[in-house]
Amino acid sequence: MNSIRINKKEYTVDVDKEMPLLWFLRDYVGLTGAKYGCGVAQCGACVVHLDGEAVRACVTKMKRAIGKEVTTIEGLSENGDHPLQLAWKDVDVPQCGYCHAGQIMSAAVLLRERPTPTDQDIDDAMAGNICRCGTYSRIRKAIHQAAELQKQKG
Amino acid sequence: MKADKTTLDRRSFLKAALLAGGGLILRFNWPVGNAVAAEKDHTAPATLNSYIKIHPDGRVTLFNPNPEFGQNVKTSLPMILAEELDVSWDSVQVEQADFFPEHFERQFTGGSQSIRRAWPILRTAGATARQMLMLAAAQRWSVPLDEISTATGSLYHKQSNLKLSYGEVASAAAQIPVPKNVRLKTVADFKIIGSSKRNVEIDNIVTGKPLFTSDYKKEGMLIAMIVHPASFGREITSIDDRAVRQMPGIKDVFTIEPLLRDYKKNGFDVFSYGQIAVIVGNSTWEVMQAKKKLILQLSGPTGNAQNGKPDFLESTGRHYAAMEQASTQPAQVKRRDGDPESAFKTAARIIERTYTAPFLVHNTMEPVSCFADVRADHAELYAPIQAPEFITKTLSARLGLPKEKIKINLARMGGGFGLRAYGHHVVEAAVISQKIQAPVKLMYTREDETTYGIYRPSYSATYRAALDENNQLIGFHIKAGGIPESPLHENRFPAGAIENYLAETWSIPSAITVGAFRAPGSNFIACAEQSFLDELAYEMKKDPLDFRLELLKRAKERPVGQRNDYDADRYAGVIQLLKDKAANLARPARTGRGTAAYFCHNTYAAALVDIGVKNNEPYVTQALAVMDCGIVINKDAAINMAEGALIDGIGNALYGEQLFKDGVPLKSNFNTYRMIRMHEAPAKIEVHFVENQDNPTGMGEPLFPPTFGAVANALFDHTGKRYYRQPFVKQSGEKS
Ligand code: FES
Ligand code: FES
Repeated sequence: MNSIRINKKEYTVDVDKEMPLLWFLRDYVGLTGAKYGCGVAQCGACVVHLDGEAVRACVTKMKRAIGKEVTTIEGLSENGDHPLQLAWKDVDVPQCGYCHAGQIMSAAVLLRERPTPTDQDIDDAMAGNICRCGTYSRIRKAIHQAAELQKQKG
Repeated sequence: MKADKTTLDRRSFLKAALLAGGGLILRFNWPVGNAVAAEKDHTAPATLNSYIKIHPDGRVTLFNPNPEFGQNVKTSLPMILAEELDVSWDSVQVEQADFFPEHFERQFTGGSQSIRRAWPILRTAGATARQMLMLAAAQRWSVPLDEISTATGSLYHKQSNLKLSYGEVASAAAQIPVPKNVRLKTVADFKIIGSSKRNVEIDNIVTGKPLFTSDYKKEGMLIAMIVHPASFGREITSIDDRAVRQMPGIKDVFTIEPLLRDYKKNGFDVFSYGQIAVIVGNSTWEVMQAKKKLILQLSGPTGNAQNGKPDFLESTGRHYAAMEQASTQPAQVKRRDGDPESAFKTAARIIERTYTAPFLVHNTMEPVSCFADVRADHAELYAPIQAPEFITKTLSARLGLPKEKIKINLARMGGGFGLRAYGHHVVEAAVISQKIQAPVKLMYTREDETTYGIYRPSYSATYRAALDENNQLIGFHIKAGGIPESPLHENRFPAGAIENYLAETWSIPSAITVGAFRAPGSNFIACAEQSFLDELAYEMKKDPLDFRLELLKRAKERPVGQRNDYDADRYAGVIQLLKDKAANLARPARTGRGTAAYFCHNTYAAALVDIGVKNNEPYVTQALAVMDCGIVINKDAAINMAEGALIDGIGNALYGEQLFKDGVPLKSNFNTYRMIRMHEAPAKIEVHFVENQDNPTGMGEPLFPPTFGAVANALFDHTGKRYYRQPFVKQSGEKS
């Protein structure tokens, strides 16, 4: 039992099972959307979904990920049209852009759990994602906007 | 508008040619702004580093040689070209330049200079291409040039109802001699400039495409990481790599000297250590594991009388004691107006306050990385670097390769804030690749970067004000310094507004390396000065903003001294607009309000924050900014930058600090180095621009410094307590 599904594709894991998922994704699978920012579960740049839950790939060991379903920013939507991606574009959120894969992946779980998040919900769900460039107010705006889009899509 | 005829310096000429496959290419020299004077031979004509291409199908390609680290120059600067060319923004594609040293005179993003320097050049280039297309159309239709008009990529002869697209005459235009003295648009005719255009890279960012150096990969590439001494002022004497060599995936372990011993450094050659250890392996995680097992033996303090560095290992406590000591001693006088000594002697009252701030870490979101593939006769690099030109010299000397054989591809940077002006990582990666004769990607861990240095210096400033018996300000004294450099700008406000003025400077040597940090020097002194003026106004029972306006009025009507580095009208303009906007912005219940204004990097900025306290922690509920940066190019991007500068200022004022014990930086990652987060950032931000037709100036830096002051003043307003020592939130378990 050495396989893992990443963005709906099957992969065989032939690395040390202690290796964090982040480095498996980046160095072995070639998916570099999830970023390295701190390596100690502090910044959220590496957030991906593991069986639908937001996890910090930098501290999620392969032995925990094996047999599970991983979604990264590259697999969040077919055509880059997840409501969050659309809202992110419309609000023109990024500055340097480095943190945003993680921001969007954290927000995606929030939107699924709370389709109409309050500011407090956003504070709680996004507290683990640092944006050094300070795009926080735009992230907040984009999440609200994505919630609207999601509702319209039904 | 100051000039709408073009004035180009002799290096900025234009050259046209026919594109292979048809169409027009107009090459020109884009003098990418450089805030720091380069020791450069300006007589050598540069090869042209940028171009506009107009393809037969009407597509327009612009080539932007600026490195991008989040300040949006990749979008905003091409907007200027597109405006004068008179095309629709949708038809424009922007290409990012790679760095070919032989093509580039200057290439540096920093000091908020990009827009200011590029403005006249880009306008002229765009207008020249447009004019050539018009000339071609005039020939084709046999009509006079002045009967031809353009709009969104088409040419019109209204009288005869003729229309041609740019693409249709582009090849013909390529044969026309490049015209001189083309007319530029008037501000009133701007359609693209002043509008909001989305980041050209947005699709790639939100879908996680590889854009950054750390994402780069090449066949056969190895991963390298460094281990540097844990303590400033010590050097590696030997390494014990026995355990490391046994570990899986590890290829090599060695030490390197990034610079040759006799190399004459330039200003961006900041290397914290003469020697560092390197581990090379197959994958990032394997090398990370190996790093933990490498043992370094270190020397004692390397400072001595010759190198001017301390002969002891530095600690934060000792730093503050030394700064306190320095601020009570006479220092080097940088400016004296009137007779400050007598003013203070005769004063009825003297108010004296001292402000301090710690070393700050840039904390760019993407830790340092660099790809290098150095061969016997050439080198290719992928690098996040704001000043490639400078590092190429260093590389060339170190690698023994001519500059033209070194190609640096400029990747998007995951943040800069001044740190990416320094290229130690670029040299290190190249030296490693040369040594192991393989392509290599050097990756710093967050800890490596946070403890490597090139910090914002630690500062202190003592302000004194002399008041007469009528509570009038008759004398002003500032004495400021830092470790290892001073933040003093002696000719800035309030110099010029006070009869008797004295400015002194001092500095304390250190082995800790420092470098530019978003608005260097200003990012501290603005806070000290604006806190002091606020307190002074309070003591004089004046409204703090009115007090500043009063000083500026005096500086305008009866300026004191030879040289004052600000325009009192524009300065007062941002304060007045802030006042007006503040009047319409209700302060939330149980919050305090603080304001501040500052001028640096050619832009005037004023900030307001409202602060409350929740769970014993200050938090900013809302913020407002006013900027006078001349014509705003990309409105929404400018607002985004301003929001970021406010949040950065709030975060660093409240939490930012690096501490030291025996030369060791104590904070190494975000678990100890506190960063502002979503719930601590203001939920509401308003940004306003002074509308004028002055040439555009920078956006990235100028709002950052006054924000610190606004935070300090809001904290006072809310708590009744003045905050003199940054960061304003003390962290639990902190010793200093
Ligand atoms: S890299 Fe995983 S949380 Fe920072
Ligand atoms: S946009 Fe740069 S870190 Fe978030």
